[in-house]
Parts: sequence; structure tokens; C-alpha cells
Amino acid sequence: MSKKITIEPVTRVEGHGKVTIYMDDQNNVRESRLHIVEFRGFERFVQGRPYWEMPVLVQRLCGICPVSHHLAAAKALDVIVGAGPGDGLTAVGEKMRRLMHYGQFFQSHVLHFFHLSSPDFLFGFDGDPLKRNIIGVAMENRELAMQGVMMRKFGQEVIRLTAGKKIHGTGAVPGGINKNLTIEERDELLKGADPMNADKMVDWSVGALDFFKNYHKANRKMVDEFAAFPSNHLSMVRRDGALDIYHGVLRAVDAEGKTILHDVDYQDYEKYIEEEVRNWSYMKFPYLKEYGKEKGWYRVGPLARLNTCDFIPSPLAQKEFEEFKAYTDGKPNNMSLHYHWARLIEVLHCAEVIRDLLNDPDLQNEDLVVKGEKRHRGVGVLEAPRGTLFHHYEINDDDQVTLANLIVSTTNNNEPMNKAVNHTANAMLNGHAEITEGMMNAVEVAIRAYDPCLSCATHALGKMPLEITMINSNNKIVDQKIK
Amino acid sequence: MNTTIKFKIDGREIIAEKGQTIVEAAKANGVYIPTLCNFEGLPPKGCCRMCTIRISNRYMTSCTTPVAEGMEVESDIPEITDFRKGIVELLFVSGNHFCPACEKSGNCELQALAYRFKMMVPRFPFLFPQKGIDATNPKIIKEQNRCILCKRCIKGIKDDEGRSYFAYKNRGNKLEVVLDEKMGKEITDALARKAMDNCPVGSIIYKELGYYQPIGKRKYDKKPIGSEIEI
Repeated sequence: MSKKITIEPVTRVEGHGKVTIYMDDQNNVRESRLHIVEFRGFERFVQGRPYWEMPVLVQRLCGICPVSHHLAAAKALDVIVGAGPGDGLTAVGEKMRRLMHYGQFFQSHVLHFFHLSSPDFLFGFDGDPLKRNIIGVAMENRELAMQGVMMRKFGQEVIRLTAGKKIHGTGAVPGGINKNLTIEERDELLKGADPMNADKMVDWSVGALDFFKNYHKANRKMVDEFAAFPSNHLSMVRRDGALDIYHGVLRAVDAEGKTILHDVDYQDYEKYIEEEVRNWSYMKFPYLKEYGKEKGWYRVGPLARLNTCDFIPSPLAQKEFEEFKAYTDGKPNNMSLHYHWARLIEVLHCAEVIRDLLNDPDLQNEDLVVKGEKRHRGVGVLEAPRGTLFHHYEINDDDQVTLANLIVSTTNNNEPMNKAVNHTANAMLNGHAEITEGMMNAVEVAIRAYDPCLSCATHALGKMPLEITMINSNNKIVDQKIK
Repeated sequence: MNTTIKFKIDGREIIAEKGQTIVEAAKANGVYIPTLCNFEGLPPKGCCRMCTIRISNRYMTSCTTPVAEGMEVESDIPEITDFRKGIVELLFVSGNHFCPACEKSGNCELQALAYRFKMMVPRFPFLFPQKGIDATNPKIIKEQNRCILCKRCIKGIKDDEGRSYFAYKNRGNKLEVVLDEKMGKEITDALARKAMDNCPVGSIIYKELGYYQPIGKRKYDKKPIGSEIEI
């Protein structure tokens, strides 16, 4: 008898989603889908609003990485107010935004690894669900949980001092920023009482990376084979090929490492990227136009960034990057669970960059804003923690927004997440008449590796629940588990 | 002739000048009575009722009531505070006030009063009225979603001949304050900025200035509204 399994809600990810798995009469997976069940409507309701509201308004898409939306919108408006794309700001303008962004990246990655994913590694995918959470981690490994909490706090403090608030601040304005960093504020982060200082964050980042590498060493086969499949990879890189999460050009490579999008200016993103709508999800499916829907889909996020960039411009992270690249002989890494490895290398890079930026005296400059000849169209792109984020706005002569198009990181990962679900469902469920909680969690682990933010991707509030329903060939529900 | 008058607010002795309103005398003595439509330099009109007080069991607006010898005013008592809070709640539900993305947030008197009165959720249902936004003027945006019809702009923003740049339009629940299209085209920068500052909410916006004041430096970021008066 064929079945349909639904995982709803998907847990320990940001937002609401569900997974449906159709099984045939032989208990083999016939089809699987990750559905995004939220609808936001930001692109429509910002129309008519004054353009300078965008960085503050659209960041309400998310409470986890609002800074990414805040800055992507501000970058698009930099173009509109004539300050130029990304690199036209004053030194303090760009560096304050970078500090804000790296702080945000740091806290978001830490949240994902420690709070959302570490329970899977510490207790196993089929561990007791009652323990498999951050509280369980704290009971089992107090030091690890404490570091996670304090590292996230540090990132949030960086955001507070650059944006005015930990969540939903106002630091970036069209053409620059509204405050610099005072010496007192700088010292709070640079010389804060142990452990709340930049040096400690670098040390702990190395420790978190070691934790994962040890796990990898002990579980090599599983980590390498779990939801591994070839794909294209897309990210922004600095013009010289370095990893840069704030500004650069768009680059994509295929599964073998061949460049298929050659460092293009993101102002022209529409020439290269198309979005497909499918009737069973509120999340669109982007792909590279040149390669079509079937072959043009790509991964984004930490794994994709380390697959596309040539080097990491900070010494400790670069050393880790070299080890990461050597693991796949310099070829792109297509293993889903290696997202965690890449993410933790980025955590280390962020900690190094934050420490270096804090020592930069430009942060105390007073020339906060630049403006030039006004334009009617602007695109802002940056690397959000979960991947490449596109904000595109057009305005009329009265300064009102007439068009907004947002391609959010998780949206870019829609197809890969569906592939990962399918891959895991096939590996875990085929031939099994009964579905266990551990099997269901394995499907979630595959989704979780991508650190999806489903709230952002549909442009909703709250946690992300997961529902799994099993339906037979007569469309009758035979089993359902809801978390 | 002695022009000094003594009276009491909530039992506290107030020394006032003859001709002062209760609000003015209270302020001069370090007592805060919340106001909204009242604005220094403009004649009071008592339309928002925020400054309602009670004298001899009668409710009056303290911005329009002159001081009198020996009067005993009740102001900061639970009943009146709840009444004032109710006014704030009514204003919130009758417009579309989305503080999180409003550029007046932190400088908005309505928001500051809501914080002062610890408003969490209005007791009245939201009306979600259909309102527009007029951005056609090169300097000013008139955001009707946030307008509380207090008339401070109509009375306070005038040209040299005393003609007002703003006026009421329509009636009943369609009433709104609009910027005169022809006069608006000639409004000076200084007057446009004054119009924005006069507006207690974010309904009059000087274009392209939003969010340039960082969080922490805004008027009500650190201290609640009225604390600048209270002793």
C-alpha cells in the first residue's frame, strides 16, 4: 500500500514548513517535497512607501538576521541616492556597516550551530527528542552550551553598538550610516571583561571548529555521505576572488569547479537569474537563466561560498579553508553536512574580521553619509548567513517605491533543500514499513544543514514547526507526526 | 495689584500667574499634565482631551481652563490616567500606526504617551482605515495613516500673511488634514522642517531625513515624555 508521510512542523529551523513524502506499495519513496507554508507579501505592501523606509521596514522580514535585510536594502538605496554600489561610501560608512554585518553573521551562525544543530551531533539523529535540544546540550556539555550563548551575545552586542538595537536597529541609512563607533563602545567589544571580548571570540571559534572536526573524524562516512549530491554553487566574492560577505561580484561554479557565472555585476542580476513558481510552495525556485530550470539551480550559503571563493582574507580562517579545500582535492564540496564545517570556518573568519575592524581608527570618523545624483533603480546584494541575498527597488519621482523584488538566501536554496530531503528520504525510509521519529529527524537534519529561514524566504513570524504525514495510494492518512 | 494665584493639583500647592492656564501653571511648577493637541506658542483649543482634569467633580481640559484662586485640581489619579490612556488607545485604533518602521519612532508624542501609560494592546478593536499617502510635494510627505487631526500644523504653519499651508478636507470619518497643493510648492525648507517638528506623530515628514538620528539620541529614548517637566 503506498503512503504519504508529512513532517509538519519542521523543527529547529527559522519559520514554518512541512515535508511530504509519497511512498509506493513497496515502501519506497516515490516523491518528496519541502513545502513552505507561510505567506508574507512584503514585496507588494512596501509599494508606495518612501524609499528611505526600506532598510527599517523590510528588516522586519526576520528576527534572526534582520541586519542582512537592513544592509541589503541600504546598499540598494545607496545606488538610488547616488552614493554608488557598495564601495562608494566613506570609510566609516562602509566599515561600520561591515562591523554590523560581521557581528550579525557571527551571532546567526553561532545560533544555528550551537542552539539548533549541536543537539543532533551530541545526542545523535535518533537521540531522545526530549534531550535533543539546547537545554539538553546545556545539561550534557555545560561549557559548549555556555560558549554558544556567550558567542551569540557578543555578536548581538556588536549589532547593538552599530545599529542602535540588537534586533531591528536603524544604523544604515541611504548613502551611509547614522552613527560611528565611539572609543568607549569600541573598548566594550575589544577589551570587555572575559569572555566578552574579540580575542576570546577568536579562541572559542577555533574550539567550535575543533568540536565539529572531531565529530567528523569519528563519523566520517555518515557526515560525508548524508544528503551528498552534486550541484552548482553561487555566491558573491570580492573582485580579487576573496570571501567577502558585504560587497563584491557574483560568481557561480558547477559541481566540478568550472566557473559558470563569471564575476558579474549584481546590478544586472536579472540578466542571469530567473525565478520559477511551483503551485505547492510559497517559496520560489531561482535558477541561472543560461542553464535553464533543470540544470541551472544552485546552492548558496557557507558551503557555496567556500566553493566559489579563492581564499579567505584572514589568517586562521584561511588555514582552515586550505584544509577544507584539500579534503575534496580543491574541487567543490557537495556534501550537505559539510555546510556545518564551512559555517564554522566562517564563524572564525567573522571573529577575526571583527577584532581587526575594532582596531581600525576609521570607525571614529565623522563623515557618515555620501550622496550624489539620484536614480530610480538600485540593487543591493550581500551574503546573508544563509546565502546570497538580493534586494531590488525602483522608485518614482515622488520618492515612493514602485517595485520591490527580494530573492532571499533560503529561496536560493529551495531546490537543493528539496534534493536533500529526497536524498535523505530515499536513504532512510526506503523499504521500511514503519516510520520512526529518528528517521523523521534525519530528514530534518538534512534541511537544517542549510540553516533555512523560511520566514524570510516567504517574506512569518515565530518558530519553525515540522509535520510529517504518511498517506496511502488512496490518499488516506495512515500515520502523522507533528512536532 | 497682586497677580499671584495659589491653587492645588493633587494636593500639591501651585503658585501661578493670573491668566495662565492650568497646564502652563502646572508646567512652571514641575507638574506634568499630558497634552497632545496643545503646542507652545499656539492658542489652546482643548480638542484632544488628553489634558483632562477634574475640578469639583467636573471634567475640564486643563489647556483651556484658566487658573483660579483656591481651586483643587485632580490630575494624576487612576480614573483620569485610565481615561487618558483610553484616548491614546482610541487614537491608535483609529489610524494605522505601525511604530516599528515609522521614522518618527522615538520622537513621536503619541508613542511616548503610549509608553508612559504602559499601553500594551488597545482595549478597542482596530479599524484599519483605508488611508493614503501624499508624496507629490517635493519637500513634504503627508502620511494620512498616522494623522491624529490635532490641527497643530493648521494653526502653526502659516505664511507671512497668516495663511495656513495645511487645512481640513472632507467631513466625518473621511476628515483629513491636507497640504495646500499650490502653497505647498513654495514652502521654505525652514517652514517644512518646522511643520515636521510641530507634528506630534509621523504624519508630516520632511523628505529624505528619516532615521538619520541614531537610536539612543532620540527625544524619548532614555526618559519618558513629561520627565523634562516633572520635579
